[in-house]
Amino acid sequence: MANTLEQGTAAGSGRRPGTPPGDGGTGPVLEITDLVIEHRRERSREMFRAVDGVSLAIGAGETVGVVGESGSGKTTLAMAATGLGATGSGGLRLLGRDLRALRSRELRALRPEVQVVFQDPHGSLDPRQSVRSGLRELRGLQPERTSWIDDEALLEQVRLAPELLDRYPHQLSGGQAQRVCIARALVMRPRLIVADEPTSGLDVSVQADVLELLRASQRTAGASMLFISHDLAVVRSICQQVHVMFRGKVVESGPVDQVFTDPQDPYTRRLIEAMPGARWRARR
Amino acid sequence: MTQELQAPLAGSPPVAPSDRSAPAAQSPAPSGRGAERARRILLRVGGALVTLLIAVTIAFALGRMSGDPTSTILGPMASPEQREALRAELGLDQPLIVQYLEYLRGIVTGDLGTSLQFYQSNTQMIADRLPYTLQLVGAGMLLAVLVGVPLGVLAATREGTWWDRGASALALLGQSVPVFWLGMMLVLLFAVKLDLLPAGQSGSPQHLVLPALTMALYPMAHIARLTRATMSEVLREPFIDAARARGLATRQVVWRHGFGNAALPVLTIVVLQTGTLLSGAVAVEYVYSWPGLGQLALQAIQFRDFPLVQAIVVFGAITFVLLNQLVDVLHALIDPRLR
Repeated sequence: MANTLEQGTAAGSGRRPGTPPGDGGTGPVLEITDLVIEHRRERSREMFRAVDGVSLAIGAGETVGVVGESGSGKTTLAMAATGLGATGSGGLRLLGRDLRALRSRELRALRPEVQVVFQDPHGSLDPRQSVRSGLRELRGLQPERTSWIDDEALLEQVRLAPELLDRYPHQLSGGQAQRVCIARALVMRPRLIVADEPTSGLDVSVQADVLELLRASQRTAGASMLFISHDLAVVRSICQQVHVMFRGKVVESGPVDQVFTDPQDPYTRRLIEAMPGARWRARR
Repeated sequence: MTQELQAPLAGSPPVAPSDRSAPAAQSPAPSGRGAERARRILLRVGGALVTLLIAVTIAFALGRMSGDPTSTILGPMASPEQREALRAELGLDQPLIVQYLEYLRGIVTGDLGTSLQFYQSNTQMIADRLPYTLQLVGAGMLLAVLVGVPLGVLAATREGTWWDRGASALALLGQSVPVFWLGMMLVLLFAVKLDLLPAGQSGSPQHLVLPALTMALYPMAHIARLTRATMSEVLREPFIDAARARGLATRQVVWRHGFGNAALPVLTIVVLQTGTLLSGAVAVEYVYSWPGLGQLALQAIQFRDFPLVQAIVVFGAITFVLLNQLVDVLHALIDPRLR
């Protein structure tokens, strides 16, 4: 186990094959400047700005949180950052490359560098695919990149029993399924992990464990993380930088402790006041 | 370095305690699962047998309700004595329950009676005609799947575009065109006007083209519409986005994860349509004088050859029940949740 872990870190320290050209390895992993994404409302057909002039940067190994209520545009932001959703206008650079300038082929080649952990772990697993065959599929995409760890050790790393390899998603609990999703993200040795509300679909009792696992594996892999959540306590426990979003705009950003102890924006203040006190103290 | 790595991992328990209690599939006793499976199979087979019994009983009842066959066979001028003799020969003088039990015994032993017009074993005649119908239905369904599925997938992956509208219009057209009319039009065009293909009868692969085309249109349209509907639903599932996010090629995402999960209802329709066509390709076989089961059924009905009609209905019922069982098995093969 120690061996595989060490390899995992070695991989995280910059000596990785298949690093895309154009990336010196020093610049920010993700750099968003003045991003605007517009959606058309279904009913009225009028345009509205889901993301309105957002800028943020994530350095190597850094964890940046984006916090806001549902509908504040944070998921749209995350989808744009991964090139999965609408990319709108403004600067959007992933590993030093302009996402919009990439052909779909190049974008696909870049995808392994950015792995997403979604909110609904069961929903993001194909119900017809066992844990093992899901991993096999990913290994088939980039054999040399994923050969650093075998399936059993990988499951051990996300603290799942190796017997679970032959399980199908419906045979997994929510927490187990999310661990499988994390394992699938880790096997690609990504430079950036985008976690979109990774714990809000889980039982409260499992949330803390999955969060801890996410933090540990991110550190192990040396990856950066964009952490999207509506839960301030969770963001505070895991992120170094935080951006507070409200109606598509970032209303406040800064180091997590500063934002939480001395919020400048009234909306941030309201959010913090609305946090359940007991949980807040427990996290501290 | 290793130490630094293990530190965060050592911080929490090796397996999350709350995860242990979660789903029922966690640790079922293996023998319990086997017994459960055996019970399910038994129930399924039992259900199929009951369905079959009901179907053959209805076939029997309908046969008795269609009037006196002796008047058809002997004509209106026959004497009552002649009729009585024929009734005795056909076993129609027996009490109904005896006839029914005799009929059931025949089905179990594979004896579906003797035709009134051909004086041959019905089982033998069905067996003689079946290869032709199988050829026709097989070719037709193959064509329907090969065109219908890609058409539906194309429409679903390009929802709202002209591709989608075109495919949907084509499918609607396919479902509303009457089979006999289409058959005649194809004959007019390809056989009469262009003289490219034979107008009817069987014998060579060329003979199969027009009938198979005619037969394929309706199921093709049905399959295309169903594929489009289920695919566009599946493509909205989060695991599709997740698969794309993991870096899979569009082709893999659409076919393996998309169609793989949409295939179940499509496959069901394919199998059940095959069942319907196997016993009911009457219009197509009639238009093309195709010597299959459909034509045999038509002849039997026209002559009021009730043992033959009955035999064909029973054959159709058995086919249908068997295909239904096949659907169940295929479901379990395709979807691990149904195992």
